[in-house]
Amino acid sequence: MSDFPRWKYALVVLVLIFGVIYALPNVFKPSPALQIAPNRGQVVDDALKSKVQGILDQNKLAVTDVQVDLVAQRMLMKFPDAESRDKAADAVRPVLGDGYIVALNLASNVPSWLGAIHAGAMPLGLDLQGGVHFLMEVDQNSVQDKLETTYADDVRSLLRDKNIRYESVARNGRGAGIGIILKSDADRDAASSAIALDHPDLILVNGNNTGDRFVLNATVKPDKLRELAQSTIRQNLTTLRNRVNALGVSEPLIQQQGDNRIVVELAGVQDTAEAKKLLGAVATLQYREGLANPSDPRAQDAQRTGNIPPDANLVLGNHGEPYLVSKKIIVTGDELSDAASGFDQQTGTPKVDVVLNSAGARKMTDFSSAHVGKPMAVVYAERVTDTKVVDGKEVRTARTSERVINYATINSTLGKNFQTTGLASPTEASDLALLLKGGALAAPTDIVEEGVIGASLGADNIQKGVQAVLIGLGLVLLAAAFYYKLFGLVADVALFFNLILLMAVMSLIGVTLTMPGIAGIVLTLGMAIDANVLICERIREELRNGSTPLASIRAGYEKAWATILDANVTHLLAALGLMTMGSGPIRGFGVTLFIGILTSMFTSVTVTHAITALIHGGRKLKTLSV
Amino acid sequence: MEIFNHNSNFNFLGLRKFTVGLGVVLVIASVILVAVRGFNYGLDFTGGLSVQVAYSSPVEVSDVRQALVNAHFDDAVVVPVGGANGLQIKLPIRVVDEAGANLPADKRADKVRDEILAALKASRPDATVKDRSFVGAQVGEELRNDGYIAMIFVIIGIMGYLWIRFERRFAIAALATEVHDVLLTLGIFALTRREFDLTVLASVLAVVGYSINDKVVVFDRVRELFRASRNATPEEVLNRSINSTLSRTIITSLFTGITMAALYFIGGPVVHGFAITMLIGIVVGTLSSIFIASPILLWLGVSKKDLMPVTKDNPELARRP
Repeated sequence: MSDFPRWKYALVVLVLIFGVIYALPNVFKPSPALQIAPNRGQVVDDALKSKVQGILDQNKLAVTDVQVDLVAQRMLMKFPDAESRDKAADAVRPVLGDGYIVALNLASNVPSWLGAIHAGAMPLGLDLQGGVHFLMEVDQNSVQDKLETTYADDVRSLLRDKNIRYESVARNGRGAGIGIILKSDADRDAASSAIALDHPDLILVNGNNTGDRFVLNATVKPDKLRELAQSTIRQNLTTLRNRVNALGVSEPLIQQQGDNRIVVELAGVQDTAEAKKLLGAVATLQYREGLANPSDPRAQDAQRTGNIPPDANLVLGNHGEPYLVSKKIIVTGDELSDAASGFDQQTGTPKVDVVLNSAGARKMTDFSSAHVGKPMAVVYAERVTDTKVVDGKEVRTARTSERVINYATINSTLGKNFQTTGLASPTEASDLALLLKGGALAAPTDIVEEGVIGASLGADNIQKGVQAVLIGLGLVLLAAAFYYKLFGLVADVALFFNLILLMAVMSLIGVTLTMPGIAGIVLTLGMAIDANVLICERIREELRNGSTPLASIRAGYEKAWATILDANVTHLLAALGLMTMGSGPIRGFGVTLFIGILTSMFTSVTVTHAITALIHGGRKLKTLSV
Repeated sequence: MEIFNHNSNFNFLGLRKFTVGLGVVLVIASVILVAVRGFNYGLDFTGGLSVQVAYSSPVEVSDVRQALVNAHFDDAVVVPVGGANGLQIKLPIRVVDEAGANLPADKRADKVRDEILAALKASRPDATVKDRSFVGAQVGEELRNDGYIAMIFVIIGIMGYLWIRFERRFAIAALATEVHDVLLTLGIFALTRREFDLTVLASVLAVVGYSINDKVVVFDRVRELFRASRNATPEEVLNRSINSTLSRTIITSLFTGITMAALYFIGGPVVHGFAITMLIGIVVGTLSSIFIASPILLWLGVSKKDLMPVTKDNPELARRP
């Protein structure tokens, strides 16, 4: 037909083929699977495969497929149902022990040729497959506190180095910078130029003078603060990722949300307690010089009177006994490269083997060689968050709870490898080892929101969602065919392809499918038919005005197009608004709507036009079935 | 098949004093309702604790409520979910906060959950806790603010587009009708005390999208008829526009309504709020497209000369919309 060019037919066919291929992977349901990966010095090989197979045979558990990837060092076993998978995990875990990470997983059953062209199924949101989610908040105040304290120390030592006399250098309170009080105007000028040279990130402003107090205020540049806040959250993301990997959850979602929040979604996990303990914990070890043990009267005095020597901290031990330890920390948990838990061979008590990084090892060597025969204390420091309600608002305060877990005499110079005993239980030892290994959180992070979605609830949701899509689609198909006859049927074909194309684009981009996303699909299907309603109504009008059938089709499409474009652009703006809304599930809805509007413009206009042209082209028509 | 007489020429504009008057009254009523009664904000917004409970055999909501009241959980809201054996118990954040000021937030939530389970087990030992979710109050507040900002951003964006593609008066008329639709939908929520959660807020935004779609179709016809007409009065043009798009306006509403009804009845409790908001929005939006948008255009003094394309000397361009 003359008014529908060949290249458009080609385009329609190509797009439809693309849609079918890329939507196809969603048909293949993933199987419940176990993923086994080596943890510490172990390997994945055929020996492991037969070992695991043996365990499963013993427990009479059927496996549908086993894949061993020697290059990626990973073994994947598929099971017929989630129940036998979970049983298998319980059976395999204790036998493999610490050396392997056994993770619950969903293995894709998409044929490899589809994988080769990057066609994959849409990942399912937590609401559709069950799991736990946490929203964590990074305490940026403590980052600022730490930064300002560091600057205050730096400024103090700088002034001392430059022989500039000062009365005091102190923080003015959070965000207000550092107040430096000097003795004369000349000193202030000298201090100002020295600080400006050494610390370009500080803004220096002269304050009010009172008598012989010359005030200089230094505040941190907002850029620097922002940069620090961003790097803090990046570091926390990395740390959380390490910790979650240690938990053995495959494909976790760990994402930044807003300026200082982190979303963690662990699909398939049903027990929040275990996950939470590891995610939120901010425990670390500190190695300090020991000053007095509980049998020392100084420690007892300090506990009784509260008079603590200025260079010391009073820290209690596992059983509440007092120790005096130096304020100065030799090495902290940040400065180690590896940690592993185990049992001390001589005493049988739980221990943590620690490997320090080079900076940490140097400090430890320097300290221990100078203090042979003197005591060293190992302090277990844990951050505890208190939340109180003050004037109807939540106020979070954090404190560090410290505990001496080990107090021993240095017998020889220590290097980078050594072990720490004195932990309360094997669980505490293995938790601490995981935490130390995962790295410290750059800033304290609190869980502000959490939820569990049961796996059965997820399965129920997805079943209901798919039913709603199919029944909604079916009803619209019927209604359109009934009301617009042949043109309605053409619109139906287009609407069906719209669903396929929408799924193809969502799969290709990798949009996570959630329940609100399914609602978005249903809404898109309902509104996509609007373009066809507009076209059909126009064609009817043209026919009533006495146009020939072919001219009516042409005019119908032409005149309706402007309206369709305006209506869809305004609708796209609304979808864009939804996409910019912060929260994940709502964004999923917005994204679905946005893609759906774009695909529906193509299918409702171009695809129906092509089919209409095919049906009516080259024929003499007296009437139209519309 | 046609439901509507294509030659209908109902004088919609003739009713404008009544219809717009009614619209204004309803908007004022909605504003008052929202201001006085407020929304029954969901957990997403207020913060709080939601505990999903399951029983091994059917249970009466009133019994569960009584069991909670006995344990001094007077503010607990009990909603049946997923058949007769499942329940959702919701507690405001205040109750969680009071549970133990010295504990971290998530520990407190655990404590309250355990207390609830203990209270339920006291009356029915077969009660089990399936899930629990916990939202901090501050998170909720931010979500709500984000949502309102998104809504304002969307309405301004749409206005700007209409201003450029059509004309200033169309943008203003669309804005006024949009505000009407959104406020009425919100008013119904305040009136019925249906739970207002994050999905509902999202669907209110979707209502904005749907309703503007509807208005643009009518406005498009208004522009076309103004350009084509020789000496028809604005009132005649507007009436003819509404009448000739009437069939489309209603058919599209029906089709979209069908899908949302399917979602409401089949999609389960997660999408109930979404589907019901869309259904309300579709009805309100359709009525306002017919009865409110055009009278506002008329009062704003829309005229033929405002709508003629700027490049009048090129007849080829002038034919295009």
